[in-house]
Amino acid sequence: MLALFYIFIAVAIGVSFWQITRIMNLRSVIATDKDNETQGKLALGFLAFLYAMMIYCLIAMNVIMLPEAASFEGEHDDNLFNITFWLIGIVQFAMQFLIFFFTYKYRGNKNNKALFYADSHKLELIWTTIPAVTIVLLIGYGLWAWNNIMYVGSEEDPIVIEVYSQQFRWDARYAGEDNQLGLGNVNYIKGINTMGVDMSDPSAQDDKQVTELYLPKGKKVLFKFRSQDVLHSAYMPHFRAQMNCVPGMVTQFAYTPKYTTAEMREKDEVKAKVEGINKIRRAKGEDPYEFDYLLLCNKICGASHYNMQMKITVVEEEEYNKWLSEQKTLAQVIK
Amino acid sequence: MSDHHHKETFVTKYIFSQDHKMISKQFLVTGIFMGIIGGFMSMLFRLQIAWPDTSFSIVEAFLGNHQTDGIMDPDMYLALVTIHGTIMVFFVLTAGLSGTFSNLLIPLQIGARDMASGFLNMVSYWLFFLSSVIMIISLFVEAGPASAGWTIYPPLSALPQAIPGSGTGMTLWLVSMAIFIASSLMGSLNYIVTILNLRTKGMKMTRLPLTMWAFFITAIIGVISFPVLLSAALLLIFDRSFGTSFYLSDIFISGEVLHYQGGSPVLFEHLFWFLGHPEVYIILLPALGISSEVISTNARKPIFGYRAMVGSIMAIAFLSTIVWGHHMFVSGMNPFLGSVFTFTTVLIAIPSAVKAFNYVTTLWKGNLQLNPAMLFSIGLVSTFVTGGLTGLVLGDSALDINVHDTYFVVAHFHLVMGVSALLGMFAGVYHWFPKMYGRMMNKALGYWHFWLTIITAYGVFFPMHFIGLAGLPRRYYTNTNFPMFDDLADINVFMTVMAIIGGAAQLIFIANFFISMYRGQKATQNPWKSNTIEWTTPVEHIHGNWPGAIPEVHRWAYDYSKTDENGEYVHGQDFVPQTVPLLDGEEPS
Repeated sequence: MLALFYIFIAVAIGVSFWQITRIMNLRSVIATDKDNETQGKLALGFLAFLYAMMIYCLIAMNVIMLPEAASFEGEHDDNLFNITFWLIGIVQFAMQFLIFFFTYKYRGNKNNKALFYADSHKLELIWTTIPAVTIVLLIGYGLWAWNNIMYVGSEEDPIVIEVYSQQFRWDARYAGEDNQLGLGNVNYIKGINTMGVDMSDPSAQDDKQVTELYLPKGKKVLFKFRSQDVLHSAYMPHFRAQMNCVPGMVTQFAYTPKYTTAEMREKDEVKAKVEGINKIRRAKGEDPYEFDYLLLCNKICGASHYNMQMKITVVEEEEYNKWLSEQKTLAQVIK
Repeated sequence: MSDHHHKETFVTKYIFSQDHKMISKQFLVTGIFMGIIGGFMSMLFRLQIAWPDTSFSIVEAFLGNHQTDGIMDPDMYLALVTIHGTIMVFFVLTAGLSGTFSNLLIPLQIGARDMASGFLNMVSYWLFFLSSVIMIISLFVEAGPASAGWTIYPPLSALPQAIPGSGTGMTLWLVSMAIFIASSLMGSLNYIVTILNLRTKGMKMTRLPLTMWAFFITAIIGVISFPVLLSAALLLIFDRSFGTSFYLSDIFISGEVLHYQGGSPVLFEHLFWFLGHPEVYIILLPALGISSEVISTNARKPIFGYRAMVGSIMAIAFLSTIVWGHHMFVSGMNPFLGSVFTFTTVLIAIPSAVKAFNYVTTLWKGNLQLNPAMLFSIGLVSTFVTGGLTGLVLGDSALDINVHDTYFVVAHFHLVMGVSALLGMFAGVYHWFPKMYGRMMNKALGYWHFWLTIITAYGVFFPMHFIGLAGLPRRYYTNTNFPMFDDLADINVFMTVMAIIGGAAQLIFIANFFISMYRGQKATQNPWKSNTIEWTTPVEHIHGNWPGAIPEVHRWAYDYSKTDENGEYVHGQDFVPQTVPLLDGEEPS
């Protein structure tokens, strides 16, 4: 019924528009010199608006950004991002200036003549070569960083952890003493064996299933991702890490945590962000927020996609070992 | 052809018309109608993002049993996002843009009586109409329309257990898209054949206006890539309905193991993006073609670097078919492939930069007639630059890891492809409205429409980059479960307000469009003093376009302000239509 009401309102607006046009001057259709004058100035005004917005966003939104990367691999990402962002920032400011300033400067007038200037191979060569060289350099650095992040050498001996996804929760499995995960398949899912681990596999016995991630600072961690139903994506923004979880295959991603959760909480930029958030939360009468690393789902996966998270805690190695030794092995839990 | 005495009835003239001019109007009006639906959906879900716990009677009014007390359900939120994307990408910016202007301009600008096959052209429109109807019907099925995102990745799109929209809603989506693809292919083949075979005397390929080059290359990439989407859709239909396992394997859902073995969703991603990426250029290139023409005409200046512009269209089109993997850097694909796709992707920046610089140089020292169409084209260059630059972040695999599927991506593609293409489409409508309807659109309303649109477009999508950099994933029904995103709430409110103003501003356009159609000032034959030959046809449409012989073409389309050494116009005026022969001793440009 309400929909009808809205449609009625829309029709009413349409009719009033129709009436307004009866008295409007519909003969005014082609830009005159006066229009060029006005619109040219508006273009200049728009340039000012655009600059103001860009500068405001760059400054004021600094505080909401993710803090410095919390993994060693993420450093590459941050460096590359800074270089790229500066570069595109400069080009953006310059190009927008040229576009709207020229619109103003060369606004039409019947006494003016446009310059017949159809081609210049020299200019075109310049603006093909400069982007090309810049881009080759960017690609070079980018690919170097990509390879550093994506390839895990066997000599690095990373800790293996499985991250397991389903609608709408995350679980994790530590590989235990042998640092080898027992095989898993959906056919083994039964009762408390929610991750479908093949319990006849010897390497599965010492695996440990948990609902929160604990990671040791300074040790490389190799995540193996599985999904039991639809695509999910394990997104750990603070570590600059993300990988899809794909049913039917195992994907992976590795990084080395750089700061413990406690250290991260002491960083100035994190404190500033947390303070900003808590100011909002206090005003709404909500509990204060404390910084934590998170793993979020970042691939549309169903109705509760927006609420699929797992806490990550980075601690010193001793504390990590202590925590891990307190967790029960699958052999203890399932058998 | 013109001397055939067709007996035209209402039905053959307005409904099952084979005249390209009528078909183009049919595409445009259908596209605008779909645009209203797609745009309205974005208003609804922007309300949800900004005020997730607030009850809205408009939500209550339109979403029926998919809302509770004026707050939409999470399923419905995803459905709205999905259908908004589908409608805008395919129905508005592919069919609405390409269908309208390719149909209108190809015969008129190359000097042909009509498309190579008028019948195929008519079928193409009616298939598009049918697919639109099916897509709209899918909004009304009990469990809701398709809601797995416009990219419809399986298994989510394959299993109704995973999300209710993957039932009948998804079936209708697939049927609608299959028909849409057939329509698009018929159109594209027609465009290619017409441009290659039906050019008038003197219209060499090197004299084609840039609009023609853009539509021609667009049609080619459409023909190359759309069939792949069709095959992807067919395999998905097989998985959904006939128990095959192309995309599915090892699935445990709703307490049971499904029988699927051996398929992979990554295969679907490859097939989908093999269309999906070229699709970006299928949308964008026509808009760039339109703006080239509009900017040159209104700057009273030749487009700078015609050959470079054609070359970069070709380079972009070629590269667009070998970059699809940049949507899949974190899909689990081999990292080596990621390197290859990074390389090819970032290369696209080079021809794109050439285009942007050439536009700016065309403005330089021009005599800019700031008509609404011109402003929209300038706006297109602006958003194309803003949105294109962030492509350097997303195309770089190492950087993509952290911004993949965040709002940074949403901001990027809305600016570079959504807003740019829409601005190009508006530019085209304002510029060629006199050719379509024999009347002019009102300029004051056009100015209001432009400034409100460009300000709100930046207001929505510029801050959006930053909430993406704050790590906010896209397609979240609400962010309130994550205190780390609490400080983004105000920005989201700002963006929603901007979006609503921007949406309302489009009503100005719609009013201007329909009112001018009936009441606008009568157009003169060549209102913008343009060189291209569509302006040599009579204002009143006739079948076969030109009453007598088709004019012969003697020069390229960009002899604006051509002066001799004394600074006098060679032809006594600042434009020289393509049909004017060269004077004695005049150098061709």
